[in-house]
Order: sequence, then structure tokens, then C-alpha cells
Amino acid sequence: MSGTLRVSVWRGAVAGHLQSYEVPRHPSQTVLDVVTHIQRKIDPTLAYRYACRVGMCGSCAMTVNGVPRWTCRTHVDKVAAAGRLELRPLRNLPIVRDLVTDMRTFFDKWERAQGHFEGAATKTDDFARVAPDSPARQAADAGIECIGCGVCYAACDVVSWNPDYLGPAALNRAWTLVSDVRDTNSVERLRAIAGDAGCHACHTHMSCTERCPKHLSPTASIAGLKRAVAKAALQGKL
Amino acid sequence: MRSDTVLWIAQRASAAVLALCVTVHLLTIVYAVRGGLTAAEIFARTRGNAGWLAFYTVFVIAVAVHAPIGLRPVLTEWLGWRGRTREWFVAAFAVALLWMGMRAVLVVCR
Repeated sequence: MSGTLRVSVWRGAVAGHLQSYEVPRHPSQTVLDVVTHIQRKIDPTLAYRYACRVGMCGSCAMTVNGVPRWTCRTHVDKVAAAGRLELRPLRNLPIVRDLVTDMRTFFDKWERAQGHFEGAATKTDDFARVAPDSPARQAADAGIECIGCGVCYAACDVVSWNPDYLGPAALNRAWTLVSDVRDTNSVERLRAIAGDAGCHACHTHMSCTERCPKHLSPTASIAGLKRAVAKAALQGKL
Repeated sequence: MRSDTVLWIAQRASAAVLALCVTVHLLTIVYAVRGGLTAAEIFARTRGNAGWLAFYTVFVIAVAVHAPIGLRPVLTEWLGWRGRTREWFVAAFAVALLWMGMRAVLVVCR
């Protein structure tokens, strides 16, 4: 692999422009490698965010040729048609500068969706025993590997139309907790995630499921929440 | 929010009713247009028929429930319209659908 990659990178905040760079190509080069090359070798003022470089931390997501992706695990070969890359910050989030977005609304929505565990057991209790093949455990397992990268949130059209919408990641998190048999806050959580800004706003476009780098299906989690909310409402619990 | 959940259940339930109603309606159309279609022929089948009156009454009610609930997010997502005025508009739309639909049903079936 040799040659040069032509890379356009968003510079500035909401008002900004695309700036072009030429970056040497290498075998197994990732998009994050490209951004790092620009910042270290060409323009040290470029702002971007990363930490682990191995697909665990969820901090390096950007819009790559119009598609939200985790850049550390995205190979240039797979996405740079005709040797061109266009890099922008994630959609649906305020831009701080260049490729860095302000993730506060994204994580605030996890809190609004009551995305924290509440249990009844104390440290003197024995470990909870949850059968790995039980339906609730399997439902929680299906969504638990979220790394909070924000790719699904950027991919979601409903978020762009309805900024109050909690979004796929927060709802997926809520579903893993609703499915957790040890959790004691399910009814409150279902109240928090029902409604126009919650699970009922999802149109099942499945962009989140299509783009999730961990191959989770927030769409399925949201469908589970719709069923759980309906069941709770019919039982008079909401 | 409880009201949104009730609306969601109502929309799902009305969708199930509509799936059946639309199927029956389309099959009736296919059956009725064999050999041409006249007003007299339609009235002969529907006038004074309590079965068709009941069927189309259920159909109209299901539409009047289903369509306005679906319109709510469209108004918010496309026009940014939310709050009480949106709910009044949607309620008025439901009443208009019910009124126009039942008016037609009563003319055809009574």
C-alpha cells in the first residue's frame, strides 16, 4: 500500500469549513491514524478526541464520508473510495471545535432515562444468581456491550427532528436495566422513558442498529421498552 | 408519560382493526366492480344493511383514532409544533375524520 490520501477535515465550530490535507497511505491504516498523522505532522491545532485506540472507550467517533463510525477500528481501505476521506464531527451534538463534539446532552439523556442500576441487596447478601439462559438475562446481554460512542445517536434521524428524544443509546441502556432482574427501579424507569421524547418516538428506521460498531440493536431494545411500558400501563403500574 | 402510552396502545390496537377492515374493504371493492359499478348496485347492497353499517362504523372509528395519533409526531418533527395547541389541532382532526366518515357511512348504509 502506497500513495496519498486526500482528506477533507472540518475545521471550526458550527461556523467552519472543510480543510484539505494530503496524508501518506499505509497498510492497515485506520481513520484515526490519518487524523493523528494530520495533527502530529501537518497541523498541531487540529482538535480531535481518542483514548484507547482499540474499540473500547468510545471516544473517537466521527462522521467519515457522511457515515458515523468509530475511527480507531475503521480501516481506510474499507471507507476511502477513490482515496478520499471527508471527516466531520458527529451529527446531532454541539460542536466544540473541529472534530470534537460536546457529549453532555448525550450522557445527560442516559441520566434522564435513569440509566443507573438500583438494587436491594447489600454487601452482606450472597451473589444474585441469574440463569444465563433466562430470557431476561439474554435480553440484558444483547444490549450490555455498549461503549457509549454516540454513533447511534448521530445516526438517528428522530434525534435530529426531535432534540428532546432520549435517543438509541440511553434507551438501550434503560432496556438492559429493565431486563435486569436485580434492579428495583423498573417502574420509575419506565415512566422516565415513555412518551414523545422516549421510546414511543422511535420510528424503527434502524439507523442505530445499522451503524452500531458493536453490532447491538438499540431498535430491538426500544421495541422491548414499548412492550414493557404497554404492559405496565395495562397493569396500572405507570 | 401515561397519556403517551395510552395513545400508543390505542394506535397499535386501531392498526390491528384497520388491517382487518382494509382487507375486507379491498376484497369488497374487487368483488363489487365485477361487471361494472353503479350507484344503484351499491345502494342495493348497503342500504338498510345493519352488517355493513356496523362494519363501516368500526372502520371510521379506527381511522379517526389511528390517523390523528400518527399525525402528532409528524407535526412535531416536521413543523416543530408541540404543546397544547398541537393536541387541540389533532383532536379537531380526529373529530373531522369521524364526522366526515360517519356522514358518508350513514348516507350509504342507512
